[in-house]
Amino acid sequence: MASAPDAAYVRVSDVSKKFGDFTAVDHVSLDIRRGEIFCLLGGSGSGKTTLLRMLAGFETPTTGRIEIDGQDLSHVPPYERPVNMMFQSYALFPHMSVEKNVGFGLEQEHLGRDAIRRQVGEILEIVKMSGYGARKPHQLSGGQRQRVALARALVKRPKLLLLDEPLAALDRKLREHTQFELLNIQQRLGVTFIVVTHDQEEAMTLGTRLGVMNHGRIVQVGTPSDIYESPASRFVADFIGSVNLFEGRVVANGADGLCITSADLGCTVRAERAAGSEHGATVWTAIRPEKIQISRAGAGGADGAQNENLVAGTVKEIAYMGDMSIYLVRLDSGSMLRVTLPNVLRGAERPIAREERVMLSWHGSSPVVLTE
Amino acid sequence: MKPQGLLTRIALALGLVFLYVPIVSMIVFSFNNSRLVTVWDAAHSPTLKWYGVLLHNEQILTAAWLSIRIALTAASAAVVLGTLAGVALARLGAFRGRLLLAGMVTAPIVMPEVITGLSLLLLFVALGQLIGWPKGVGAVTIALAHITFCMAYVTVVVQSRLAGFDESLEEAAMDLGARPLKVFFRITLPLILPAIASGWLLAFTLSWDDLVITQFVAGPGSSTLPMVVFSKVRFGVTPDVNALATILVLLVATGIAISTVWMGYQQRRRERDLQLAAAANL
Amino acid sequence: MRLSQAMGRRLIAGVPTLWLLVLFLIPFLIVFRISFSEVRLAIPPYTPLLSWHHGAPHFEVHWSAYSFLFTDPMYVSSYLYSLKVAAVSTVCCLLIGYPMAYAIARSGAATRPLLLMLIVLPFWTSFLLRVYAWIGLLKNNGVINNVLLSLGVIHHPLALLQTDFAVYIGIVYSYLPFMILPLYANLEKHDPALLEAAADLGARPARAFAAITLPQSIPGIAAGSLLVFIPAVGEYVIPTLLGRPDQLMIGRVLSDEFFENRDWPVASAVAILILLLLIVPILLFQRLERRQLEAAQ
Repeated sequence: MASAPDAAYVRVSDVSKKFGDFTAVDHVSLDIRRGEIFCLLGGSGSGKTTLLRMLAGFETPTTGRIEIDGQDLSHVPPYERPVNMMFQSYALFPHMSVEKNVGFGLEQEHLGRDAIRRQVGEILEIVKMSGYGARKPHQLSGGQRQRVALARALVKRPKLLLLDEPLAALDRKLREHTQFELLNIQQRLGVTFIVVTHDQEEAMTLGTRLGVMNHGRIVQVGTPSDIYESPASRFVADFIGSVNLFEGRVVANGADGLCITSADLGCTVRAERAAGSEHGATVWTAIRPEKIQISRAGAGGADGAQNENLVAGTVKEIAYMGDMSIYLVRLDSGSMLRVTLPNVLRGAERPIAREERVMLSWHGSSPVVLTE
Repeated sequence: MKPQGLLTRIALALGLVFLYVPIVSMIVFSFNNSRLVTVWDAAHSPTLKWYGVLLHNEQILTAAWLSIRIALTAASAAVVLGTLAGVALARLGAFRGRLLLAGMVTAPIVMPEVITGLSLLLLFVALGQLIGWPKGVGAVTIALAHITFCMAYVTVVVQSRLAGFDESLEEAAMDLGARPLKVFFRITLPLILPAIASGWLLAFTLSWDDLVITQFVAGPGSSTLPMVVFSKVRFGVTPDVNALATILVLLVATGIAISTVWMGYQQRRRERDLQLAAAANL
Repeated sequence: MRLSQAMGRRLIAGVPTLWLLVLFLIPFLIVFRISFSEVRLAIPPYTPLLSWHHGAPHFEVHWSAYSFLFTDPMYVSSYLYSLKVAAVSTVCCLLIGYPMAYAIARSGAATRPLLLMLIVLPFWTSFLLRVYAWIGLLKNNGVINNVLLSLGVIHHPLALLQTDFAVYIGIVYSYLPFMILPLYANLEKHDPALLEAAADLGARPARAFAAITLPQSIPGIAAGSLLVFIPAVGEYVIPTLLGRPDQLMIGRVLSDEFFENRDWPVASAVAILILLLLIVPILLFQRLERRQLEAAQ
């Protein structure tokens, strides 16, 4: 082993890529550890695909360098990199059989025919596609093509496997199943994965760590729960999951957290796990919908009283989703607040109805205070 | 059947009659005994007389042989040049001179033939004066001219076929360790082979059929088949030309019929495979 | 390694570019230059393209070829005649081709390849022979006159050959597939749900066609019309075999100036004027072509 498990295995240092006047990737630095699944998450045009293509060698960085396992790869052509890629379209060669497709990479290494056949057989076994070797790509279903593409990219045992929207082309049922299979294979082979996706759910379940990209920059790196529970900016909070965001002003700044008044919200927010913002600063409070409790007005708490982390409103819309329900509540301040509630009981006796007055509250640890 | 559907179907049927009446009449009269082409000599027809006359016409046979040789040369060279141009336009991205190449490639398709012919002859004359080559016009200059206008068609066919293929196929091959030249021969070339084949056939037909450009760049002693036919029919209808037309139509029709049947078979096989794959998914 | 790759790229684009420079662009420039020289009794029969004066190249520009073209009414009339023939033929092709393309696009999946094959097949057979076939049909003692006479519809043969009518027939007949194929490619892509939606909203079939199908098929109409109009303007074979001997089309004029009169400057000037006439349609065509390729990408 050349590097300790925690040290950077893939190192992207200050990489930028410009296409004419357009900056697709803007001074990105990233460290990726050996054996992890790192997800690059971002909307279209965020630069995630360009970054991936630079790692594969299809684009050359305008500035900066890319190292893998201590080797500078910034200017190495794709066919000399120990990196393989699974394309979004799978890019299976239509004129070659599954076996030929998977064996193509090994052929380029001038391996003997027997060695190629053995290795192709092994990897097809792993992706559960033994017996399909003679088929042509158009004779396969979408899920089968995905597995052949995976096998083709893995058969050379690359130091790094790049996956471009690996599940995007599959239907919902197949996606879930494939997701776990992908994790399974990754653990079995120990290859480092970088996954590009625009689907937050996919990123959260696949990734050991995520990098969120926006406008060519990495805006936050962390574990899925880091990013969901402690977003670093309004963009990240809003991009991943849904969130209620309110502008406010810091009125107290103590050891037990921040106190924020918000005219939009119409109450004082006490955020226990927040610090650093100065008195009087303008900030944004982010509260996830599932962290808000909802109860009938009058049942508990004083209706209309100025309380911390407690606000009154009227239910305007209810969307029943089966496992949970979404409530849209118009606060007395006029703003809308979104609350989700799991449907714990089957056929609750008297559920909250539209136009009912409700009280909304949350725990002091729930609000996240954002300055940008 | 809705009335408007019926109307367009009638129009289609009439249109097809319009397209085929002249061809059928040539075929029918090729078996006519009479010298007066359009008067059916019922007493002595049908006859293969004119086919015999045709096959003993030295001039037509020589011209046909020349036309075949030129068409083979022109189609083969045009396929090479046109494939290069098609690959350059579809795959090299924004290179210097792209606009120039793109413009020059489609221009011969839309350029009136008389202008192409005139300009090429003037070039050959100027070159002959300047560097002493070509010495005169003939088979070589005809072939050069045909290559030039045929390559334009091949380029368009190859380019649009390449445009229909995801470039990630070539990237995938490169990602798996194949160098650019190998990528071309293992991936790109097999994929565009159908386009190259149809481009070749198209080029062959265009070269074989061309009259106007050829007239400009041909010299004495290098008459192609269309030139001989043109000089014959300019002064009236001759029955052996009917026989020639019949032979050509039959050749082309068999070729096209075979390829249509074959493509239909491929299509059906493909559909069956897709059904199999879908069934495997359940 | 990188070097050879760059060389490879340069070769791929460079070889065809060089070929077309030498055999397309330079010849065209020569035509342009010769149109500005004067005819001479020499080999070649025009004033030198470039002369040397005191060691410096010197271009002599003569406008005689152009002024000659505009003073002789024969040239102007054949220029206008070519335009008229091309325009009328294009409209006829559109009127005949549109319903045909529409019927093919609406036909069943099984018959469609067969119908397309029937449309394309004549194109693969000799153009010259197909035009020639019309001589046999249109002649005074040709098939059409014989049939009409024997049916008693007419009592004297109609003069069909060597008329404008014969030229229109020839051009429409030869270029009809070029109109039908782009129209079909366009019509085939239309979503039938749009017409259903129009019907659902109360449009009768004719109204739905005018409001939905026709506007959507304009790119196909444009492509087909250009593919017919452009070659029709410079057409040489069809008017020579079927047309009036007293009214030449401009392509024939060019050829006659060159071969019969050996006036190369005037022939070149005619070529330049034809191109001027076609420059707008040609640019339109190239734009369409580019857009189609981009759409495919």
